[in-house]
Amino acid sequence: MNGAEERFAAEPNELLVERLRDGLGLTGTKVGCDTGQCGSCVVRLDGKSVKSCLVITVAAAGSEVSTIEGVAGPGGELTGLQEALRQEHGTQCGFCTPGMVMALGELVDSTAGGAAPTEPEIREWLTGNLCRCTGYHSVVRGVQRACATSRQEG
Amino acid sequence: MTAVTGESALQGPGLLGQPIDSREDPQLLRGEAVYVADVNLPGTAHMAILGSEVAHAKILGIDTKAAEQLPGVLKVATAADFPDLMPLPCIWIPGGVESHFPPHPYGLPGARPVLTGDAVRHVGDPIAVVVAETERQAVAALAAISVEYEALPVVTRADDALAEGAPQLHEAVPGNLNAYWTCGDKDRTDAAIAAAEVTVELDLVNQRTINSPIEPRGAVGDYNKATGEYTLYASTQGPHNHRFLLSALVLGIPFNKLRVIAPTVGGSFGTKGYLYPDMALVLVLAKALGRPVKWVDTRTGLMNSTVQGRDHRQHVTLAGTRDGRITAVRCTSYANLGAYPSTIGPGVATALMGRSITGMYAIDAAFCEVYAAFTNTVSLGAQRGSGRAEAAFLMERLVDRYAGEIGMDPAAVRRRNLVPAEKFPYDNGLGWTYDSGNYQENFERSLELSGYADMPARKAEARTRGKRLGVGLATYVAICGVGPSTRMSKEGMLGGTWESANIRVHPTGEVSVTVGSASTGQSHGTVFAQVAADEFGIDVNTVNVYEGDTLKAPYGQGTYGSRSYSMAAPAIALTARKIKSKLVRAGAVFLGIPEDRAVYANGKVFEEGNEENAKTFAELAMAMWYGWGLPPEIEPALDETTHFDPPDFNYPFGSHVAVVEVDELTGETEVVAYTAVDDAGNIGNPKVVLGQIEGSIVHGLGQALMEAAEYDDQGLLVSADLRDYALPRAADVPFFALDKTCTPSPHNPLGAKGAGEIATVPPAAAVVNAVVDALSDLGVRHIDMPLTPEKVWRRLRGEGAEQ
Ligand code: FES
Ligand code: FES
Repeated sequence: MNGAEERFAAEPNELLVERLRDGLGLTGTKVGCDTGQCGSCVVRLDGKSVKSCLVITVAAAGSEVSTIEGVAGPGGELTGLQEALRQEHGTQCGFCTPGMVMALGELVDSTAGGAAPTEPEIREWLTGNLCRCTGYHSVVRGVQRACATSRQEG
Repeated sequence: MTAVTGESALQGPGLLGQPIDSREDPQLLRGEAVYVADVNLPGTAHMAILGSEVAHAKILGIDTKAAEQLPGVLKVATAADFPDLMPLPCIWIPGGVESHFPPHPYGLPGARPVLTGDAVRHVGDPIAVVVAETERQAVAALAAISVEYEALPVVTRADDALAEGAPQLHEAVPGNLNAYWTCGDKDRTDAAIAAAEVTVELDLVNQRTINSPIEPRGAVGDYNKATGEYTLYASTQGPHNHRFLLSALVLGIPFNKLRVIAPTVGGSFGTKGYLYPDMALVLVLAKALGRPVKWVDTRTGLMNSTVQGRDHRQHVTLAGTRDGRITAVRCTSYANLGAYPSTIGPGVATALMGRSITGMYAIDAAFCEVYAAFTNTVSLGAQRGSGRAEAAFLMERLVDRYAGEIGMDPAAVRRRNLVPAEKFPYDNGLGWTYDSGNYQENFERSLELSGYADMPARKAEARTRGKRLGVGLATYVAICGVGPSTRMSKEGMLGGTWESANIRVHPTGEVSVTVGSASTGQSHGTVFAQVAADEFGIDVNTVNVYEGDTLKAPYGQGTYGSRSYSMAAPAIALTARKIKSKLVRAGAVFLGIPEDRAVYANGKVFEEGNEENAKTFAELAMAMWYGWGLPPEIEPALDETTHFDPPDFNYPFGSHVAVVEVDELTGETEVVAYTAVDDAGNIGNPKVVLGQIEGSIVHGLGQALMEAAEYDDQGLLVSADLRDYALPRAADVPFFALDKTCTPSPHNPLGAKGAGEIATVPPAAAVVNAVVDALSDLGVRHIDMPLTPEKVWRRLRGEGAEQ
C-alpha cells in the first residue's frame, strides 16, 4: 500500500474503496457513484488504474496498491502531472481530481519514452472519469503539458 | 494563457485581472482536501434514510420493530419521533412580498416535512431513518422496515397535474397549482401578435435534468450537551443561510446555538444551496443519541432526493415583420415544481426564467405566464444557469424558426434586433433593467471567431463525408448579482440577499479576509485574496481568505447565481477602502502631516509630492496594533466589515456558435466546433473564469445531447444512476474557441458581472439550432432535447412529429 505492507483481515464482500477510506483512513480516494461510472475512486493496482469501488478487497491481496496519498513527494512536492494540472487549473472542486490524477498517471507513465498521446487519445483515456466542473479542457491541456515537459526533460 | 508568476504580478494594483494560479489546487491535486464524507468525528454513528419506493401513496403503517433488533442499530425513527420538527421552508414565493416584515414562512402550503408521515409524494420521499454503528449496518436495517402503502394515482408532468381530475398532491393546494405568475404586457403582446405580418409558434419541452455534482451530498451533525450547541458539517453553498433556516425555522432553536461548517464542497451548480431533510435529522439524532451522526448520500440517493432542474413545457410565439424585425414574444409555460416547493424552486421556475425571455433583443411587446404545478417527482430547484437557460432556449429557438420562416440568415435577424449599445440602461419590459453592454460588438466577434461566413463551404465538404454539418447561434443575457435585497423582496424572496466581508490586518502586515459566501470549487481563496491585495497594493501571498464556517465568517448568503465575484468581492474591496481611509488618517498622524496631504497608494501612506516621507502597509499595521499616539477619534487596530447590497442586478451576456456534424447513417451528433464570446464585465482571475466557462459550456451541451431525468408512468425515476443518466465525458467535446468582451457593470465597485455559470445558458439552444439547421432541408423545424442518436436518426428517415 503506497510502498508499505498492510496486513488486515477483510470481509469477503468488502470493497477496496471501503478498506482504503474507512479501514485505512486514506480518504483521498473519493466515492462519487454506486455503479463504477464516475472514476472518483480510481487507484492503481500493480500499476494499472482500476475503480476501487469495483474491486473486492481480497482480490487485491498481494498486489501493490497506490492511492493519491502516495503520489506527491514526502514534502508534498507535486509530480510533473500534478504540477501541469495546477498550471492549467485542471481542477475546480477537486472531487474528481484524485481519481483523475491516478488514471492519468498511468497514461503519462505508459507513454513516457514513446510518442506523446494525441488529444483524442487523452480524451478517450479520460472517458472513465467524470468531471462536472472543468469540462475537461484544462485537464486535457494539463496532460499535454505534462507530456511535453517530461519529454523535454527526458 | 500563461501563468503570471513574476513578483510584480503578485502585487496590486493591477493584480486583478491576472491569471494567477489557484492556490487551492495543490491540496486538491494531492487529495488532501476534506469533504463532508471525510469528516470523521470520534464516536460517530451512521445514518441511512429510507426513501419511498412508490411515487404516490397514503402511508397506512410503518413497522420498524425488526429493524430495531438488527446488529449495530442504535435508533430507528419516523415522523412520529419528531413532533417538534417544523417543515422545511420555501423562501421564494413568486409574486412578491410588499412588506418590511415578511410573513413567517412556517407551514407554507405543501412545504416539505422533514420525514413524511401521512403520505409519500415522490419516489425517494424520506419516511424513516436508521442510525447504526456502521454505515453498512444502517443501510442493511433499512430493508427490515416495512411500510404499508395505499396506492394513489400518479402524475409526473406539470400540464397533466393541472388538468381536470388529476391526482391531488396536497390538500391545501387544490388543483396542484402552486403559482400562476406573469410578467410583461399581455394586451400589448396579444395585439402585436394579432397584427403581425409573420408569426411563428413552437411547443417546447425543456426537459428535466439532474445537476449531478460529482460529490454526492452529505451531512454530519454534532451536539454539545454542555453548551447546548449544535454543529452541522454539510456540503452546502450557503452555510449562513442554512443556519438561519434550520435553527429558527426547522429546529426551533436560537440562531446562536447552531454552527454550520461547509468543508470542501465537491461541486454544486445550484443544488447544494437547498435545505434537505437530512440536515435536520443528523442534528436531532446527534442530540438524541449523544454521538455525532453522519450521513453520506449515494448517487442513486442523490438522484432521487436532490433538487432537479429545468422542466418546463412551453407554448411560445414570436411575431415579426417580413424583413426581420421582431415585434412581440409570448410564452406560456407549465413548470414542474415536483412534489414539494424546494427552498427557492418556485422563484427559479418563474422570475428567473420569465423575466429574461427577450434576451439580448429590443422587443416592444413581451409577455410570459407560468403555471407552476406540483407533481409526483423530485422537487425542482436551481441548476447551473437556472431559469436563464430555459429563457434563452425558447427565445433562440424562436429566432431561428422565424429566420427560417422569412428566409433570412439567422445571424441577420439577430443583428437586426439586438439592443443598441446606446440604449443602456435598458428596460426589457419584463422587469429587468440591463445595466450595460455592447451586444453588437460581442455578437459580431462570435461570428468572426467561429468563421460563420465559411459555413456554406464547410457544409458542402461535410456532405462528401456522409455528414450533415449544421451551425447554430444563440445569444443570452443572464441576470446575476442577486441581489438588491429590496428588489428581491418584490420577487417574493423571503430574506435579504446582500453579501458581506470582514478584513483584519494583523500586526505583522498579513491580512485575513473572511466572507459569508462559500466556495464549491470556484477558487474563492485565490480570487478574493487578489481583490484585497489589489486594493491594498500588497503581495497576494500575504492575504488569507476564510469562509464556510458560520462561527468565523461574517454573515452572507452564500454562493449561487454566479454572485460571489460581483457580491462578495465588492464587499471585500469596500472594506479594504474603509481600512485605507483609516490608514490615511492615522498615517497623517504618524507622518506628522495634515490629513489632506496624506495619500494611500502602492501599499503605503505618504506625503503628497514627497513619496520618501512614507509608512508602509506593514509598518502602519504594527503601529495600529500598538495604537500609540492615536487621537481619540481614531480607533486602534484594523478590523472592518462591510455589508454590500447593490443598487441593482448585473447582466452578463454573450454569443455562442455551435457547429455540429450529424452522421447520416447513425443519427449521431458530434459537436465539432464551439465558439463562445461572453461578457462578464471586469474579471478578477481569467484563469479561474476560463475554467468555469469551459465547464459551463459542457454542462449545457449535456442538456442538448444526452441528459434527461426520465420518469415512467408510475413516477419511478428510470435514470437514477450514472449508467442511465448520461453526463458528458471528455471524448464528447472538442476544444472550444473562446473570447470575451468587457462592459463593466456600474452596480458594484469592481465593475464585475456574474461569470461562473453564464456559459451554461446558451449551449442547448445553439446545439439544437445547429442540428435543426443540419436537417432543415428534410423539413425538420424542431427536435426536442436530448438529441439522442435514435431521435435524430428517426428524423433523418422522415419519422416523427413536425410542428
Ligand atoms: S465511485 Fe467508483 S467509479 Fe464512481
Ligand atoms: S473538479 Fe469538480 S468534478 Fe472535477
